[in-house]
Amino acid sequence: MIQEAISFTPQLTATPIAGLLWLIPAVPILAAGVISLLKQPKRKTSSTLAIGSLGFSLLFSICAFLHVLTGWMHGQAVRETVNFTWIQVGTTNVDLGWVLDPLSAVMLVMVCFVGLLIFIYSTGYMAHDENFTRFFCFLALFAGAMLGVVISNSLLLLFMCWELVGLTSYLLIGFWYHKPSAAAAAKKAFLTTRVGDIFFLLGMVWLYAQTNTLLFYNQGAGSIETGALTGLLAAHAGWGLTAAGAVGLLIFAGAAGKSGQLPLHVWLPDAMEGPTPVSALIHAATMVAAGVYLIARVYPLMQAGALTGGTTTALTVVTFVGASTAVFAALIAVAQNDIKRILAYSTVSQLGYMMAGLGMGGVAVGMFHLITHAFFKALLFMGAGSVIHGCHEEQDIRHMGGLSKKMRLTFFTYAIGMLALSGFPLLFSGFWSKDGILEAAQHWSVAKAPFYMLVFGALLTAFYMTRQVSYAFFGSYRGHAEVHESPKVMTLPLAILAFFAIALGALGTPAWPWFRAFLEGHSAEYVGWHVFFEPGLPALMCTSALVVFVGLGLGWLLYGNRSPRAEEADILEQKIPLLWKLMSDRFYVDEFYGLTFIPFYGWWGRVADFFDRHVWGGLVAFTAWAFRMGAHLSRFFDHQFVNGGFDKSCEEIAAGGGLLARIQSGRVQAYLRILAVAVAILTVILIWSSRA
Amino acid sequence: MTPLAGYLLVAALLFAIGLAGALTRRNAILVLIGIELMLNAANLNLIAFWRYGPHPEALTGMMFAIFSIAVAAAEAAVGLGLVIQIHRHAHTTDLDAMNRMKG
Repeated sequence: MIQEAISFTPQLTATPIAGLLWLIPAVPILAAGVISLLKQPKRKTSSTLAIGSLGFSLLFSICAFLHVLTGWMHGQAVRETVNFTWIQVGTTNVDLGWVLDPLSAVMLVMVCFVGLLIFIYSTGYMAHDENFTRFFCFLALFAGAMLGVVISNSLLLLFMCWELVGLTSYLLIGFWYHKPSAAAAAKKAFLTTRVGDIFFLLGMVWLYAQTNTLLFYNQGAGSIETGALTGLLAAHAGWGLTAAGAVGLLIFAGAAGKSGQLPLHVWLPDAMEGPTPVSALIHAATMVAAGVYLIARVYPLMQAGALTGGTTTALTVVTFVGASTAVFAALIAVAQNDIKRILAYSTVSQLGYMMAGLGMGGVAVGMFHLITHAFFKALLFMGAGSVIHGCHEEQDIRHMGGLSKKMRLTFFTYAIGMLALSGFPLLFSGFWSKDGILEAAQHWSVAKAPFYMLVFGALLTAFYMTRQVSYAFFGSYRGHAEVHESPKVMTLPLAILAFFAIALGALGTPAWPWFRAFLEGHSAEYVGWHVFFEPGLPALMCTSALVVFVGLGLGWLLYGNRSPRAEEADILEQKIPLLWKLMSDRFYVDEFYGLTFIPFYGWWGRVADFFDRHVWGGLVAFTAWAFRMGAHLSRFFDHQFVNGGFDKSCEEIAAGGGLLARIQSGRVQAYLRILAVAVAILTVILIWSSRA
Repeated sequence: MTPLAGYLLVAALLFAIGLAGALTRRNAILVLIGIELMLNAANLNLIAFWRYGPHPEALTGMMFAIFSIAVAAAEAAVGLGLVIQIHRHAHTTDLDAMNRMKG
């Protein structure tokens, strides 16, 4: 499935539209800066600024996208880069820059569009929040940072924006910091992603050491272009890896932290503590997409050294981590009761699909799922937000029920999102993107295990989404508060997203693989309906459709139209109590970390603290004491010897003066007497000396 | 004993008497008289060394003595004037009472 990327004539010179591309992230960030200066009551101004800035970015992104599109239609693989030197030390340059190519153009439009809808939705959702202004400041900064990640043509610039995304996610998850759980979740998200970022940084340093540049594309001299890759492949890193493979794995570790892949997924469900629009933004448009986007961006590096139809160590690791994450998170999602937490685990699971799609099928397969997922997951989160808003901050699906009659618009849009996520055949975008991944998995040469894992994951996805929808929207209402439909400003974005959750599928059907052709830079041809009847594809589509129907059916069978009370044990819990306990307790990953890494680091921290306090602190204190003693000594010297000696001689001189002053008594005869005696003595001496 | 030694002895005696007077008297005028005596002892020495020296025919010694007497007269005049002024000022000629020039 791995294809040679460039079959068009590459266009390399930058046009004005690429030259001004930096405005896309800069304007929201500037807006965030201006909002941060506003006073708290300036709610209208702040939201207008944030929405306006992102609206501008959206317009500009669409222009850029159209520019790339026209180039592509004229047979040019547009890749325009603008690079500049940021720091120059001696002969060493650190360059930054941005790039406009199909990948970044698609991503820009998606981030701006979904982000803008979430911004608009937030004005309704956060309408009663006291810190409305601060919220929009962070949102704008978050979107700006993500847009920065998208346009970066330098791993360093990408890393800076990446860290900005990390910072703002921390600020937003902990937005209600007065809740201890939110503060803890923010800290957890920050620290967990930091673990991945350390590896990312290491990979970046290694890449710089090997290729002497961090630019992705620099007219043949970039770090992921052929020249540098040849060098990276020639260098061996140990354990049978080339430097390219090792750097790829390190960068993937960073992406795994951001995108919630298996060992580092723990922060993502906890991030639900933030306001729901933040969850939507994190899960759909910005943060988690950053990891997948990073892998897509450095794909030539990940792919380096693969023979035709083959794969590399890095890509194999990506595939297996992705596939395991997909199944693992889907299992956990089955046994959760918090409406947002189910969606969070579903995001983790779908990110696994994207990673596996990248690993097996290439950039286009993974990115297509990223784009469709962004739309329907934003839809689901905002729908969940609308439900929570309507049920007065109730998040437990066991306390909902029967909402389909009371919140009609929310229900319809939510159902569309849910069917798209489940991969309901033919109509919904999720089906086509997931099918692309499954098809790639089926043809993967290394192992068949990921295919079966992903199919099982698809079954679970359909199942847990049906369970959630049945609990929340069907049966009888089990809550206490009065339910109301959300305002227009919240439901309108839902409707728009619902439209795209269906329509986007048309871009990537096997009959007309437009999206893949666009990303990979070759011309899109209408393949025709006959592909559906070629051997392999119908069987696959039937399998995946069957799996989805089984999942939906099972879910409806077990949960449909029942109204279990909250105290009652779940139906599955009654049947398979042991497995249920394991799943509802999230396979004890958090507990495992709590028993291993965290105490280890706690212990290590105490050791370091002991060292700081007693060893280094003692050393410092001893040095201070030694210097104080030295000071005392020299003070003693000063006092006793220098000062004393000087004072003594002064005293002596004064005393001598006093003695002589007594002779000067004013009595003339005394002078005369002394004179006479002196003359007498002089005479005696003269006589004596003349005698000798 | 040569005549010169006799003269010198008389002059030394005269000087000693003058010095004793100058040192022991309280009265400023008497101290001045002592000083005059010492000056005249010196004059006597001048005359004696001239008269018994290698060139008695030249009048050098006499000239010295006359100069010295003239200077002594002037000095006595100034000294007496000062004493009279001090007496007018402090109503005493006691030298011990006049110690305002001490350091």
